[in-house]
Amino acid sequence: MIFDFALIADSIPKMLTGFWMTFELWFLSAVLGMALAIILLLMRISGRWYLFSPAMIYIYIFRGTPILVQIFIIYHGMPQLEFVRESMFWPILREPFGCAILALTLNTGAYVSEILRGGVLGVDRGLKEAGAALGLSATHRFIYITTPIAIRLALPAYSNDIISLMKSTALASTITLLDMMGIARTIVAETYAPYEIFISLMIIYLIMTWITQRTFGWLEKRMSRHVRSEA
Amino acid sequence: MTVTDQENIILMEDVNKFFDSFQALKNICLSVKKSEKVVVCGPSGSGKSTLIRCINRLEKHNSGKIVVNGHELTSDVKDIDVVRSEVGMVFQNFNLFPHMTIIKNLMLAPRLVRKSSKSEAYDTAMRYLERVKIPEQADKYPSQLSGGQQQRVAIARALCMNPLVMLFDEPTSALDPEMISEVLDVMTDLARDGITMIIVTHEMGFASLVADKVVFMDNGEIVESNPPEEFFSNPKNERTKLFLSQILSHYE
Repeated sequence: MIFDFALIADSIPKMLTGFWMTFELWFLSAVLGMALAIILLLMRISGRWYLFSPAMIYIYIFRGTPILVQIFIIYHGMPQLEFVRESMFWPILREPFGCAILALTLNTGAYVSEILRGGVLGVDRGLKEAGAALGLSATHRFIYITTPIAIRLALPAYSNDIISLMKSTALASTITLLDMMGIARTIVAETYAPYEIFISLMIIYLIMTWITQRTFGWLEKRMSRHVRSEA
Repeated sequence: MTVTDQENIILMEDVNKFFDSFQALKNICLSVKKSEKVVVCGPSGSGKSTLIRCINRLEKHNSGKIVVNGHELTSDVKDIDVVRSEVGMVFQNFNLFPHMTIIKNLMLAPRLVRKSSKSEAYDTAMRYLERVKIPEQADKYPSQLSGGQQQRVAIARALCMNPLVMLFDEPTSALDPEMISEVLDVMTDLARDGITMIIVTHEMGFASLVADKVVFMDNGEIVESNPPEEFFSNPKNERTKLFLSQILSHYE
């Protein structure tokens, strides 16, 4: 087999035209997913069964099924339902972009809420007691003691999930979106050169992963700069 | 002995505490007057820590009555936070907030609970840091300090709330031997100033020096409670005698 380097050089710029689509899918679902994760986390640790049981069922379903299935159900399945078509969300759900964002958000929200919960559970009980002993209310303790420490504890696992989310955006190409993966598939269909194209695509994703890792590595270092004994 | 007795800043009547089926406190009766220094000692697992943790409700007692400065401890959350803000506590493991500098550790509660202004909280914090003799560490993080320094910061942090009572839960047990005295010196200094203190400790030398009353616990019960002269020279109970002989032989 002859490896066509010229084709690689040629196709990378073409795939990069899908970069913004990939980035938008990634960024929007990361932000919305975080908001969802915080709500799920608060439900989960509320100690009230009517809040934590729905959250647990939700997390179980979205972590326990393939994200591709979730995307297909949202994109192909929901428009069959009349109340979805009549709802105010229809303009969003009618578009594959809206469906992809929704699926990625719902999926990552479930994972991230568990990551955050791990952070919250990892906060030393003694520190919360020290806050209580000083007369801080439960809300103040959560905001000033638990949250900052939990964020630092959750950061490594969260960076993992962010990278995983970036790779999941490629699945949006299965519902007609022209992200980098979608463009790559179009080029492969035209050129019959899967190796060159997909390897180029891998390189782009690897660079994005590398930047993400470095950013989170820097953040982690910054957030634990005053912690000598731990980490 | 009545609840309205103004003299008693802390009053415990027939307090029982269970951890599942294990009874950690059995019919505890204890009263502490203003300015009094009470040392609680006893073998490990005897319920000493549980006892003082009940006073600011870090543990909930199952029956009996605990009154702190006129507030009876119930499940009313607002009331508990008020009591806690009046009762300072120092822990075995310091429990300084690792993500905040020393000065921020000290300013947090006065700012949030007392609603002090920033400059007011800062001045109070610096005053107490000077009192525990480490004002130069104000901008460092807890992990940059030695154990003895961290515990002195923890004492200063509690003092910033201007508490009526200070609780010490084995404050020197996690320290290297050479750092114990610097913490005990600060505590002796506080005792001289007349602040009410309840101290769980194995430091019998310190107890004989500052205590007005030494309480010996075993098996969840208060076995003996006497002024230090009486307690050390003439222990009444067999269990007290055994404990003293064990702990004192350790120092020879």
